[in-house]
Amino acid sequence: MATFHFDLVSPEKMAFSGEVDQVDVPGVEGDFGVLAGHAPVVAAIRPGILTVISGGSKQKIIVLGGLAEVSDKGLTVLADVATSIDELDRAKFAETISEMEAKLKEKEGSELDRAIERLDHFRGIEHELNTTAMH
Amino acid sequence: MASLKDMRVRIASTRATQKITKAMQMVAASKLRRAQTSAEAARPYAEKMDAVISGIAAATSSSPGASALLAGTGKDRVHLLLVCTGERGLCGAFNSAIVRLAREHAQKLISQGKEVKFFCVGRKGFEQLRRTFEKQIVESVELRSVRQLGFVNAEDVAEKVIARFNNGEFDVCTLFYSRFKSVIAQIPTAQQIIPLVVEAPAASAGPAVSYEYEPEEDEILPRLLPRNIAVQVFRALLENNASFYGAQMSAMDNATRNAGDMIRKQTLIYNRTRQAMITKELIEIISGAEAV
Repeated sequence: MATFHFDLVSPEKMAFSGEVDQVDVPGVEGDFGVLAGHAPVVAAIRPGILTVISGGSKQKIIVLGGLAEVSDKGLTVLADVATSIDELDRAKFAETISEMEAKLKEKEGSELDRAIERLDHFRGIEHELNTTAMH
Repeated sequence: MASLKDMRVRIASTRATQKITKAMQMVAASKLRRAQTSAEAARPYAEKMDAVISGIAAATSSSPGASALLAGTGKDRVHLLLVCTGERGLCGAFNSAIVRLAREHAQKLISQGKEVKFFCVGRKGFEQLRRTFEKQIVESVELRSVRQLGFVNAEDVAEKVIARFNNGEFDVCTLFYSRFKSVIAQIPTAQQIIPLVVEAPAASAGPAVSYEYEPEEDEILPRLLPRNIAVQVFRALLENNASFYGAQMSAMDNATRNAGDMIRKQTLIYNRTRQAMITKELIEIISGAEAV
């Protein structure tokens, strides 16, 4: 299977760089998979889980929003925050969610909508984390 | 003339100072390494961001609804100077070099009849600018309590700048920081961030790749532009941080060397005086014995 180059960069570090088979990206308008030879695309991403598949092994990375760019050179994801699932502090993540819930009351109008949307994404990540922890 | 005891005390105190500057130099050297790696780690992100934005900007600049962050307000009457400096001194001309550049820039703008406002990040720059531009400083942020510079810090600053921009408080924003070139060379730099300066894509690069956008360009761009400002500020802060430790390291290296020179000179004078006194006492004893 053809591979392509994938870079995952966050402002603080280069989180991933290498040749991969497939990457599943959580786009704002739905998840999409990127394979070698994908058409050039620029897509905004939502907070979610990005899956990197290379040589039969899967690696899951949590990204909290950002931008994905596919060009002939490969896929580049500019993530606001990128944490590998193994490194994630679950207790802290749950804390962030409850903090966001608490802040929800202070907001109104379109800001509230945006906060709710973001909270939903975070809850989705947490749900996925808890279900994958079972097996 | 100072007595022998005074001179001994002076030598001892110079030696104590030398120990301090030596320790500071070594601390700065080890912190520099960390600061340099994080500055370098942030570069790919900022570069990719630049590339993506200029790609999108080129595609959308012709549309009339282009964002003000990109196109500007159409005026350039009020300028905001975002001056990033260090929190501490003892680092040679690091802080003053940045402030001097900002001040020259401000004076040039004022002589052209424009209004200037300052936004200071870092305590040292605020203190120096306060002397001449007290009234023009609209805000200042201190990062003193921050141990490890995070993206959040930059986001904070960027949010404040954008809020002021949206209130129509200024038309052009320029960022001042010190670019880290090497341990001995830090270059004070001015960079315009609002409106964004997009480098025209080289004509020889061949036909530009036509991207598909998801969601549409005009939806991605408003998300991206504020983010880009945060990224630029973050990069400036990291470069500044690395430059600061570089400057401090070479300043402290100089100080240690100067202290060494001083100790050598003082010891020489001390020994001469001591010998002169011994000779004087001997002469007194001999001439006393001869007189008997």
